[in-house]
Amino acid sequence: MTTKDQAPAVASSKTLGGDAVGSGVAPWMALAAGWLVPGAGHLLLGKWVRAGLLAASIVGMFAIGVALQGKVYSPNTGDPLDMLGFAGDLGAGALYGLARLLGWGQTPVLVAVADYGTKFIVVAGLLNIVAAVDAHSLASGRKRS
Amino acid sequence: MTISHFSGVLLFSLFTSVVFGITQRAEPKMMAWFGALCFALFVCGTIAASWAMWLIKH
Repeated sequence: MTTKDQAPAVASSKTLGGDAVGSGVAPWMALAAGWLVPGAGHLLLGKWVRAGLLAASIVGMFAIGVALQGKVYSPNTGDPLDMLGFAGDLGAGALYGLARLLGWGQTPVLVAVADYGTKFIVVAGLLNIVAAVDAHSLASGRKRS
Repeated sequence: MTISHFSGVLLFSLFTSVVFGITQRAEPKMMAWFGALCFALFVCGTIAASWAMWLIKH
């Protein structure tokens, strides 16, 4: 017999395979939203403060990288290092699309500070992937809170 | 825009530590501690590596 008080506990301990658990948000949706827009995965899960901090950090890092005239990598250049850089940049989701659309980061890197900018942009993308995976873990119940 | 090397280190450490703190710990208090630890390690590690390179050169 299940009482009213037991029901939420049963619902939140359900296993998962991609279904919504506890928070009501499907893990894949938290992952995709978190990748597309920094912090959006945590926002979907109702974690406002974390979402704000993640968004500020990732967008801030990406914006500083662009402001330092860092390079935004393109696909299919044939250079393995460029391909790795592209994979990192792609992690920033919509920010990468925006940068490509507006032609940011297309000038040649000539000074050390611009090279720092390139690293800021790549690391912002990688951090966004870490944040999106964290949102997935929260939504699937793999991470407690 | 241009920044000094040390400002670059501080900004990089700050942003990275915030994300590491939030994603690698479950409790808010532990997040703050881990973020602060990461920040200190990033900055101190960079300064230590800089001095090591200076010593190698001289």
